[in-house]
Amino acid sequence: MPKDHGIGASQKRREDVRFLTGAGQYTDDINVHGQAYVYFLRSDVAHGKINSIDTAAASAMPGVVRIFTGADFEGVGGLPCGWQVTDKHGEAMKEPAHPVLAQGKVRHVGDPIAAVVADSLEQARNAAEAIDVDIEELPAVVDMKAALNAGATKVHDDLSDNLCYDWQFGTDTETVDAAFAAAAHVTKLELRNNRLVANPMEPRVALGEYNRAKDESTLYTTSQNPHVIRLLMGAFVLGIPEHKLRVVAPDVGGGFGTKIFHYAEEAFCTFASRKINRAVKWTSSRSEAFMSDAHGRDHVSTIELALDADNNFTALRTDTYANMGAYLSTFASCTPTWLHGTLMAGNYKTPAVQVNVKAVFTNTVPVDAYRGAGRPEATFQLERVIDKAARELGVDPIKLRRQNFITSFPYATPVAVEYDTGDYNATMDKMEELMDIPGFAARRAASEAKGKLRGLGINCFIEACGIAPSNLVGQLGARAGLYDAATVRVNATGSISVMVGAHSHGQGHETVFPQVVAEMLGIDESMIDIVHGDSSKIPFGMGTYGSRSLAVCGSAMVRATEKIINKAKKIAAHLMEASEADIELKDGQFSVAGTDKSVAWGDVTLAAYVPHNYPLEDIEPGLEETAFYDPANFTYPAGAYACEVEVDPDTGKVTIEKFVSADDFGNVVNPMIVEGQVHGGIAQGIGQALLENCAYDENGQLLSASYMDYAMPRASDLPHMANYTVDHSCQTPCTHNPLGVKGCGEAGAIGSPPTVVNAVLDALNSAGHKVAHIDMPVSPSRVWEAMNS
Amino acid sequence: MQMSDSRQISAAPETVWAALINADVLMQCVPGCTEMSGSPEEGFEATVVQKVGPVKATFKGQVTMSDMDAPNVLTLSGEGKGGAAGFAKGGATVRLEPVDGGTLLHYDVEAKVGGKLAQLGSRIIDGFAKKMADQFFVNFQEAVEGPKDADAAEDASGQDGKKKGWFRKIVS
Repeated sequence: MPKDHGIGASQKRREDVRFLTGAGQYTDDINVHGQAYVYFLRSDVAHGKINSIDTAAASAMPGVVRIFTGADFEGVGGLPCGWQVTDKHGEAMKEPAHPVLAQGKVRHVGDPIAAVVADSLEQARNAAEAIDVDIEELPAVVDMKAALNAGATKVHDDLSDNLCYDWQFGTDTETVDAAFAAAAHVTKLELRNNRLVANPMEPRVALGEYNRAKDESTLYTTSQNPHVIRLLMGAFVLGIPEHKLRVVAPDVGGGFGTKIFHYAEEAFCTFASRKINRAVKWTSSRSEAFMSDAHGRDHVSTIELALDADNNFTALRTDTYANMGAYLSTFASCTPTWLHGTLMAGNYKTPAVQVNVKAVFTNTVPVDAYRGAGRPEATFQLERVIDKAARELGVDPIKLRRQNFITSFPYATPVAVEYDTGDYNATMDKMEELMDIPGFAARRAASEAKGKLRGLGINCFIEACGIAPSNLVGQLGARAGLYDAATVRVNATGSISVMVGAHSHGQGHETVFPQVVAEMLGIDESMIDIVHGDSSKIPFGMGTYGSRSLAVCGSAMVRATEKIINKAKKIAAHLMEASEADIELKDGQFSVAGTDKSVAWGDVTLAAYVPHNYPLEDIEPGLEETAFYDPANFTYPAGAYACEVEVDPDTGKVTIEKFVSADDFGNVVNPMIVEGQVHGGIAQGIGQALLENCAYDENGQLLSASYMDYAMPRASDLPHMANYTVDHSCQTPCTHNPLGVKGCGEAGAIGSPPTVVNAVLDALNSAGHKVAHIDMPVSPSRVWEAMNS
Repeated sequence: MQMSDSRQISAAPETVWAALINADVLMQCVPGCTEMSGSPEEGFEATVVQKVGPVKATFKGQVTMSDMDAPNVLTLSGEGKGGAAGFAKGGATVRLEPVDGGTLLHYDVEAKVGGKLAQLGSRIIDGFAKKMADQFFVNFQEAVEGPKDADAAEDASGQDGKKKGWFRKIVS
């Protein structure tokens, strides 16, 4: 009988009641009396010198309150980058200015030039058309390798070139070279991890409000981490002290990483509302989102794998170009380095691993973390090269992986991280069982009878989640700690508000977090609510990304709840005139061990707030505790995925026929939500593998800025539920956080893209087409070309 | 986007040349052109209303003519701004070759679009440009040659003298 309560229960998401009945309160639903609207005039050239901006005619148009340009932001800070990467020569990365509104130059299509604030959005938009901007178009750099050529046009004139940093990590060159020289076989692969646009269902919105009486600003924004925005915008951009600045991220309709970052529009609305003493609102259109939301991925890599005569992996070397776009977004520098290089060992005991990354500025939208952030890029390279090696060597790709698995833990990789626990053979066993590998031959024969090619792709992954130990990331260049915080506020009658630093924008925290507290206290979940997303209500918090919420913030909540239990036991001991050491808490009742004496949860909480009979000499009244939790290590979810595709040889169209994931997320609090996370992650990964591609032309024009040209996955692109199995029954609990959880939010998007591509290549090669690789998206035209070239 | 083609026009190169640098002819021939003024020396100012896929816009722009070698070759370059719709710019080299029965007009066009036009219309822009060019030269041919069917031409000129072959009537 499955649990219906506490940890392990598949409780339905309580937040869905309001989402599904139209009662959600998103940022765009918030309106402040008298608010004005801003429309951003954005560059339609990729690179240009601004000769002049004439706003006179536009300013005189109906409803216009004020027009801002870069000149209004002189002396105002630029948007900061939160992570300093040090290159292989010991030099700090190049960090160009990132102004709120363009100053002197525009550097990508979508770069904001001017902001028109008017009584209505229509008036602002009309006035923006009347702004006369004289821009001298300059040559654009789009291709990363060309951007590094001597004499290439510079994105930033004040930098020596377009190289942000040249980073090297892992095993030293001499050792790696020696391993390659001694190898019995070397497999090399060049590949591209396609540029993606996150496309959360809710576009970004910002509403800045200024209270002149109290000199206080409030920013309502679509953010995954309101406290981080408050810190970055207050301290680095606008110079507003935290006690005068409130950041609220209410219901947020999906983030996928792109709502982590601090954006110009947030700073603008806050700044402008102070200037005009009136609230200022911006709502992104979908077209605007394509050219102003940070993009994801966009790596070009060469990976080489060395094997000995027994097919043991002996060395791995990668050389990656990572696109930064025109400016450094908040965590852009970290994604291709510390979130990518550290995972390059994968699930394998390869003794020598070296990662090289050149981060490059180009005249494109800034690129930053997107679901998986660096780990999908690492996994894609590694698992594709292993698959290619297996084909070259004529060995079973499952056997080749198993042979090289790490099997004893803890395991320190050559790329700095130490995996605390895992069982990669167990997830591989589970995947093989669920996929019915022996039945593949019959399924392939059935496909062939229909004139289709069928392929089986398998894949493993590991990721580092639960970011992150603050002292470690500080050494690596993070400019922030990555702990999290929670306050458990027990009210007089026993109900509980838990203020959490994590932010829920689809993850189901409102359901899951109370399950944990309910389990610990033995009370019903309905007595517990979480409060999140408002810097004025929660102690602090680094927000939600990197599959960290439950592992880090959940652990803070556990620690705070433990403090509550300790204090409550003291109160209960006093009420029952017993020794604190003898008090037990079970099912919401405090009892004295070995007796029939007990007091209920509500009696204790009431005593805390009505302390008529209370140990005031020992403890304070009230029942509210806060804990900050800093993890001791990352968590390392891992898994084995498999996919079967059919390829139509006449058209090159790929359909996913069957997909299995076997994940190890450690302990699981709400299995239904975990399955939903993995379903969604795999759908996003299939989108990347088959459909999505953000394309620029050679002039830096964005060519895919609507759903006509940027293909999002649809339900019909996914296998039917019966052939879409996500499993998390293999559980090796995390050894260092109190819940033993590892995080599940990104796994599907990390593990699935190489699985799909491996399956397509299996289909083609098994049919006699010698195709080594096809870049994502594996579109019908690319497959057809590969088959017919 | 690049495009090269040629067309035979039943008129002498001098006639074709004169038409090519005439603002009234150009206005008549550029699809969607609502205003055209200027001269080959000063450059032309034009307003064109067009719909590219989902993007409809009024483009205002300048066209300059250079490297003019009458009646053999000229280079056109121009840029049109469509406000929120983005921009289009490009150039064309037009070469006139005398042939039996008239002139063979060769053109090499290079064009690029930016902003919303690129974002929403990139897939269809090549086809659009080809259609624009075809329409232009159909119009141009008719303006210079007059209608192919002489009776129809008379009917047409009876109703609207400027519709067909009007340019040749003026210059001849």
